[in-house]
Amino acid sequence: MTLNEPPKSTVLPPSAPTPPPAAPAGEVAFDVRNLSVFYGANEAVKNASLQISARRVTAIIGPSGCGKSTFLRTLNRMHELTPGARHTGTIRLSGDDLYAREIDPIVVRRRVGMVFQKSNPFPTLSIAENVLVGLRLNGLRDGTLLRQRLEESLHMAALWDEVKDHLSRPGISLSGGQQQRLCIARALAVRPEVLLMDEPCSALDPLATAKIEELIQTLRDQFTVIIVTHNMQQAARVSDQTAFFYMGQLVEFGDTRNVFMNPTNPQTEAYVSGRFG
Amino acid sequence: MNSSGSNHLVRRTKNRVMNVLFVACAILVVSPLGFVLFDLFRQGLAAINWTFFTALPKPVGQLGGGMGNAIVGTFELLGLASLIGVPVGVLGGIYLAEYGSDRFNAWIRFGADVLNGTPSIVWGMVAYGVAVLPMKGFSAYAGGLALGFIMTPIVLRTTEEVLVLVPRSYREAALALGLQRWQMIARIVLPTAMKGVVTGVLLAIGRVAGETAPLLFTAFGNNYWNHHLTEPIAALPLQIFYYGISPYDDWHRQAWAGALVLVLLVLLLSAGVRLLSADWKKRGSS
Repeated sequence: MTLNEPPKSTVLPPSAPTPPPAAPAGEVAFDVRNLSVFYGANEAVKNASLQISARRVTAIIGPSGCGKSTFLRTLNRMHELTPGARHTGTIRLSGDDLYAREIDPIVVRRRVGMVFQKSNPFPTLSIAENVLVGLRLNGLRDGTLLRQRLEESLHMAALWDEVKDHLSRPGISLSGGQQQRLCIARALAVRPEVLLMDEPCSALDPLATAKIEELIQTLRDQFTVIIVTHNMQQAARVSDQTAFFYMGQLVEFGDTRNVFMNPTNPQTEAYVSGRFG
Repeated sequence: MNSSGSNHLVRRTKNRVMNVLFVACAILVVSPLGFVLFDLFRQGLAAINWTFFTALPKPVGQLGGGMGNAIVGTFELLGLASLIGVPVGVLGGIYLAEYGSDRFNAWIRFGADVLNGTPSIVWGMVAYGVAVLPMKGFSAYAGGLALGFIMTPIVLRTTEEVLVLVPRSYREAALALGLQRWQMIARIVLPTAMKGVVTGVLLAIGRVAGETAPLLFTAFGNNYWNHHLTEPIAALPLQIFYYGISPYDDWHRQAWAGALVLVLLVLLLSAGVRLLSADWKKRGSS
């Protein structure tokens, strides 16, 4: 699958739903080179280069305003929605330049899904409609396939058992944690290669948080997961790799264990040991 | 302790005085509505009967008759006005809320606000110029056009306002699913704000339902049923106006009855608006 294909083909599988054609484990999903992001004159991310492994969980940590959310949003071109945002450098996903001139950001976003800080099921849609809205609006009409995707996606988001008997209830009738898992199911339904999570648990109680963390563990088999978090214990628990941003700089990036146990940079050590931030 | 005790008394007194003031002001605001309704019912109820809703006006000198043609005419005119005001207003509101540059939109918004403040008789003149003169005659179309002119900027601004209220997070979620911008607007943003849009439309209809001046030289009025929209058409406010300035007691009674019906119609629309917005809030909070 290349980025140049018309949008429909990334969503409409020829036959049964196939697992996303992500790179085999150990391969690189995102290859970020010399990325700088500006909001007007303000440089939010400064010359970051890193390679994010496919089918791994990568945590992005750092104090507020360090550029970690901005970095995340450049991975599916969501930062372009902010007026005055621009960037330099390149980002490749499985070899495809996400910012090549002929690439429509919509195609990028179908390959790179996103879950937000505050759960945001569409208020006019039912649970089932919320999950399927991306597929339906991308032209999938086959009822059997839709039904199948609905169940699979809710299973992947560990929500199926809780909602299977009232799929036609409004999505916003669920509890906060369930709503966030519904949003995860919604993002997974279009079968992206990557799932970006922007502080997905910051509005949830510890129990709901634990459920989402557990869920992230199961997702890494099929998806590349990148999670921005303020919670360092969470980063340590769920991630394989960790990137530490400070004042727009990528200070340290490596295996989570190393970043937390043997950080090479004194700033990283200060942050992960809770001395600032 | 002592000083705080007297302080407390002073505060309580102040609080009471202010409370009384607020209640008095609130009563002052709603009392005209009460007086108007009371007077309308007192004077108008007597002339309301089945014939009033179904019959044509009687010629001068004969008692009885009704405003059937004017009531139907008002609905026809409101329908025509909505055909112009709703699509133009809603699409324009979508443009303002979702597209366009800040600078350009500021001008459009300013223009819409100026149009909102334009005296309604001016709209009658405009419709006279663009519809009555070329068509060489008064018509329902011209009346509907005049009312549509008035509706458009109202619908436009309310639509824009309710669309802007749709949280950014829904838009981002929709775009992050790989939806096109128009899909996001048509399937997510607009349905989320639909109750608000409908509320705006109902308010605009309520606003123009009672307009008289713009109809004087467009719809013109008609003592008979309107058989074709290219002909002059009766409307409740027009009929009230003509009957009100007449010297006949029977016509005065009918004018009161017509006014009562018109006010009840507008009240009904407002009640619909209240129901919709209450339902909207309930959905939003659940």
